[in-house]
Amino acid sequence: MTAEPRYLGARVTRNEDARLLTGRALFVDDVNPPHLLHAAFLRSPHAHARIKRIDTGAALKRDGVAAVYTAADLGSYWKPGPLLVPPPPIKGIAFNLRAQVPLAKDKVRHVGEPVALVIARSRYIAEDAAADIAVDYETLPAVVDMERGAAGGPVVHDDLGSNIASRVRQTKGDYAAAARNAHAVIRRRLVYDRGASVSMETRGVVAEWDAKADKLTVWDTTQGPVFIRGGLAAMLGLSERQVRVVAPFIGGGFGPKMMMFYPEEVVIPWVAIRLGRPVKWIEDRLEHFFATTQERGQIHDAEIALDKNGKILGVKDEFLYDTGAYNPYGLTLPINSQCTLLGGYVVPSYDSSFTGVFTNKPIVTPYRGAGRQHGVFVMERLLDIAARELEIDRAEIRRRNFIPSGAFPYNNEIIFQDFAPLEYDSGNYAPVLNKTLKMIGYDRFLADEQPKLRALGKHVGIGVVFYIEGTGIGPYEGARVQVQASGKVSVATGVGTQGQGHFTSFAQIVADQVGVDVRDVDVVTGDTDQFYWGAGTFASRGAVVAGNAVNEAGKAVRKKILRAAAEHFECAEQDIVVAGGQASIAGVPGKTIKLGELALRANPMRGAVKPGTEPGLEATSYFGPPSGATACGAHAMIVEVDPETMTIAIKKYVVVHDCGTVINPLILEGQIQGGVAQGIGNAFYEQLHFDDQGQLLNASLADYLVPTALDVPRMELGHECTPSPLNPLGIKGAGEAGAIPVGALFAQALEDALDLPRRGVEILEIPLSPNRLWELAGALFKQRGTS
Amino acid sequence: MSEELHQVAVQVNGKHCERRVESRLLLSDFLRHDLGLTGTHVGCEHGVCGACTVLMDGLPVRSCLMLAAQTNGHAIETVESLTNDRDKLHPLQQAFHEAHGLQCGFCTPGILMTMMAFLKETASPSEAEIREALSGNLCRCTGYQKIVEAVTLAARRIGQAGAR
Ligand code: FES
Ligand code: FES
Repeated sequence: MTAEPRYLGARVTRNEDARLLTGRALFVDDVNPPHLLHAAFLRSPHAHARIKRIDTGAALKRDGVAAVYTAADLGSYWKPGPLLVPPPPIKGIAFNLRAQVPLAKDKVRHVGEPVALVIARSRYIAEDAAADIAVDYETLPAVVDMERGAAGGPVVHDDLGSNIASRVRQTKGDYAAAARNAHAVIRRRLVYDRGASVSMETRGVVAEWDAKADKLTVWDTTQGPVFIRGGLAAMLGLSERQVRVVAPFIGGGFGPKMMMFYPEEVVIPWVAIRLGRPVKWIEDRLEHFFATTQERGQIHDAEIALDKNGKILGVKDEFLYDTGAYNPYGLTLPINSQCTLLGGYVVPSYDSSFTGVFTNKPIVTPYRGAGRQHGVFVMERLLDIAARELEIDRAEIRRRNFIPSGAFPYNNEIIFQDFAPLEYDSGNYAPVLNKTLKMIGYDRFLADEQPKLRALGKHVGIGVVFYIEGTGIGPYEGARVQVQASGKVSVATGVGTQGQGHFTSFAQIVADQVGVDVRDVDVVTGDTDQFYWGAGTFASRGAVVAGNAVNEAGKAVRKKILRAAAEHFECAEQDIVVAGGQASIAGVPGKTIKLGELALRANPMRGAVKPGTEPGLEATSYFGPPSGATACGAHAMIVEVDPETMTIAIKKYVVVHDCGTVINPLILEGQIQGGVAQGIGNAFYEQLHFDDQGQLLNASLADYLVPTALDVPRMELGHECTPSPLNPLGIKGAGEAGAIPVGALFAQALEDALDLPRRGVEILEIPLSPNRLWELAGALFKQRGTS
Repeated sequence: MSEELHQVAVQVNGKHCERRVESRLLLSDFLRHDLGLTGTHVGCEHGVCGACTVLMDGLPVRSCLMLAAQTNGHAIETVESLTNDRDKLHPLQQAFHEAHGLQCGFCTPGILMTMMAFLKETASPSEAEIREALSGNLCRCTGYQKIVEAVTLAARRIGQAGAR
């Protein structure tokens, strides 16, 4: 009999909540082994400088200091970090890897780059001693502006001779011909900047060397514990079995915790082994703004060619992207931008190239959305402008260009970040857009409400944008499911979890397969001693890839239960029902056995386990999708602007999303709402302000404005469901969806609210802010006010 | 740096405790390191995020902005005080669980303690009042909507329990 899904798709409240709500969940900073020492890093105050001399004498003399290290002390352990994602196989690609180092040696390349490390009895003393270290710097002119950096002048990496980190061109069709035959060609320069992830928990590492067990344990706020385990073992010359990496409860990840290897991650375990004492380093909030990776700007010179009905004939785009001082994450981010730009639209010809530029700023790696925002912004803005020029409704121009529902799988003929051709697995876009328009009341607003409000002197506008999101990429994840003698079921997987509810969504999948209560499924994530293999939680892939691995392992255990129960009752497997934590013969009262009892029998003390069978009710399975699953969605909002202060009030916000089969709607809603909040931050509140020396001017939560409960509106959510054919559960990822189209939405809705295009102003950049809006459009309203 | 030690006698979650502490020891570090109450989280150490919020004599304070020495003679309550039974959550915690008012849970202890004090003052708050009261606590995961729903639910239940 097949399992009747009882939990899949249900609003199951979370198994992990009780621990978190009572303050009993273990976070990295809560790990306090006896004899713990504390680390503080001395970081560069300059964005670009040569290190002439480091004097650690005074620091070493301070009471309570155990050790001080500089690059020279690391000896042969000092090595630049690895390349995480090699460049995809695209013809003519140029990629210059320059990876971060554990401690800066001759030169510092961004503010906050670690230069020395103090180990002391307390963090207080370690910080005092770090301040005792004297470093002679010869400051150099900083590369801050990526356009100027690309053109010449000072170079971040001397041996490279320029600041060019990469060049990639991808094309399909013949754009030049398309442009020649077009009714209209629209060309704009679009600038999209992003900021810091600001997880509420900063990063941290605790390392403990157990000399008797010959074993290193590292607690790390990483999204990829398995890679960290393998990498550390290799670097330290240990076997992988000697290294255990635990990513316990993590206070938000959002991408930058997937970066590896951070200098601190490399150095702290090495120190713990050397000193034979556990060592802890916890990033403070100031460090987070320099030492944790960020996302940043791209400048796009883009054009779109259309026929007179607004059908896209082609797009050409050339962009620069700022990769910061080092580029260990390869090309994931700009390739996401390049691919996501195509959106849900038929684009017959595409000519896209980008140039990556090293700058003297913190390292850029994916942060929720990972370059997708930039691409969506460019395409959606071009369509908005095209709609205006061709006098077509904004929603209608999108509808006219959608990939028709019958055209899937749809091949875009370029290469995606996972090295596979960018092929959309499934989709049905028009219903998503139509539902969004209906929920926001698009027609009524434009025909009726907006004219009335305008007549009253109010500045209220509407926006609606559409996006697709490549999710759930490979390579693979694995899971082990085991029925225990207690009747409880344990699940272990290699992905780490940072609040996405994996303890519950994975439990739901297994509870359905194995026929137990969801509260009786105990999920362990992110502990390499519990599960050996895996990749990590990134690119909205946890639920898709690990979820399907969990499902496969659950299925295999279910088969074992059926076989064991059939043997026990001497009946056919087809007659067995598994539910309520027991196996029974269908329709025969009294013929039941508890799963725990079956598990015990499957691991007997005497007798023999039959050849070809395995002991226990346990299975391990792996799942690797052939390529990513493509989710889609639309956001709409109605917003009012006060033209005197340029502050905004969001009147209504709607999200309609299609991410295939939904495991848990409650968790999905939370993911989307949280994503939108980050998107709003990016669109209107958050910006990293660097001066021309490469100094970050707003490195505190008082100055870098993360949205509060007053800035994030109530959201209305709608769902469509087009299952993915690429995995048995039919799921697509959803982790980043909320954040992706918000910038594009803000630009459109704010333009509309202030009626800017009619007044000759276009919004071609994100982030905005009251100040920036004032700079762009304030004059229009000042004149009006005084006239 | 001053190594001067102060004698502190403070009531923490109903228990009397006495310690000698350095002048510069933050209350947050005192609770987390000296007393092992790691439910109180530190998100910024500059008084902005609210993760470290605890109650002092029933009023919310940011434990990263206070020195342990300042608590002498006062009563502190942390998230650990809300229940000592994992299976029987405080109504406010229960509401957060049911409404999915937490994701990573890092901001949650500070928000719970802020809301404990708020709900004592404001029996049946409006959504606007709840958002105002929440605005000193940052959450990067939830977008706040489900936190607002959780607090609304808790207020209703606590109000009903009080009315009985
Ligand atoms: S840690 Fe105290 S307010 Fe942020
Ligand atoms: S739940 Fe993660 S910061 Fe609030």
